[in-house]
Amino acid sequence: MTTTDFRFAVNVSPKSGILDPQGRAVEGSLGHLGIEGVTAVRVGRRIELTVAAADEAAARAVVERLAGELLSNPLIEAYAIELLGAASSTRSEVPA
Amino acid sequence: MTVRIGVVVFPGSNRDIDAVNALHVAGAEPVVLWHDEVDLAGVAGVLLPGGFAYGDYLRAGVIARFSPVMRAVAGFAANGGHVLGICNGFQVLTEAHLLPGALLRNRGLRFVSREVSIAAERLDTPFTDRLGERRALRMPVAHGEGCYYADEATLDELEANGQVLFRYVHPDGTRAGGEDDRANPNGSLRAIAGVMNAAGNVGGLMPHPETAVEAVLGSDDGLGIIASFVANAAARQAAGAPVVVGAR
Repeated sequence: MTTTDFRFAVNVSPKSGILDPQGRAVEGSLGHLGIEGVTAVRVGRRIELTVAAADEAAARAVVERLAGELLSNPLIEAYAIELLGAASSTRSEVPA
Repeated sequence: MTVRIGVVVFPGSNRDIDAVNALHVAGAEPVVLWHDEVDLAGVAGVLLPGGFAYGDYLRAGVIARFSPVMRAVAGFAANGGHVLGICNGFQVLTEAHLLPGALLRNRGLRFVSREVSIAAERLDTPFTDRLGERRALRMPVAHGEGCYYADEATLDELEANGQVLFRYVHPDGTRAGGEDDRANPNGSLRAIAGVMNAAGNVGGLMPHPETAVEAVLGSDDGLGIIASFVANAAARQAAGAPVVVGAR
């Protein structure tokens, strides 16, 4: 079976309503830069990864599971999955 | 026979020696359990110590959740086994969904390392029944992510079920306020310092009772918590509780 390498990004951010002290600190520093009119700063994290799978749906299912179980804590964080690209892999399994 | 209590050591744990010492002081026999163990060696209870398991990468406690020993601990807890998580151990238990809520970055953003006061909400739990009386207990905190969070409905449920174990208090025992109150070192909601699960066999707290077990350490106020945990784990085992050998 030939697989394709799918490159994804998972963007994890604090759920709305959850206190984000990092975002608040960034926002608090804006005054020092002389910048006005910037509000609602939220700090999250972005994880990029490559999944080898038969098709995009299969690859997405793997990323969904990872994002929900490991990369984010659903209690406090939301995630969004973004497909960055796909490249046919040279990888192929030799039939037994 | 002395009761054997497991102390789980993850790569990055650093309060395991304090936990071992506290268990000795409480009259138990500590059994060190490495993170890749798949069985718990027949211990009567499990203590998850403080530190920075797996470097606290991604989120404090999350990588530890998927270690082999945590699968065994989850099985042990599901069978009613007594588990106590301290600091990073508390974070691991929330990430593993063995305890409700989450520990967020301290509201003040700083790592906080100093002495605080906490008080037990109840004196009839497996983690507090040897404390004797409700009073302010002095012990250190040392963490960057200790702000207890759960949504309002969950907090109400925890209060209604009596699952709040400890709250931050002023030295006179009155409840600490919000993030602007120095007595609440991390801005925890409702000043919650520790909780237990609904079944009452899994508990966790951010402060360090295990480093406050002898007067020479500055305080022995934490000993009652460790002693409660040890005594109740021992009682459960003496009553013929099943010995769990891994959950694989």
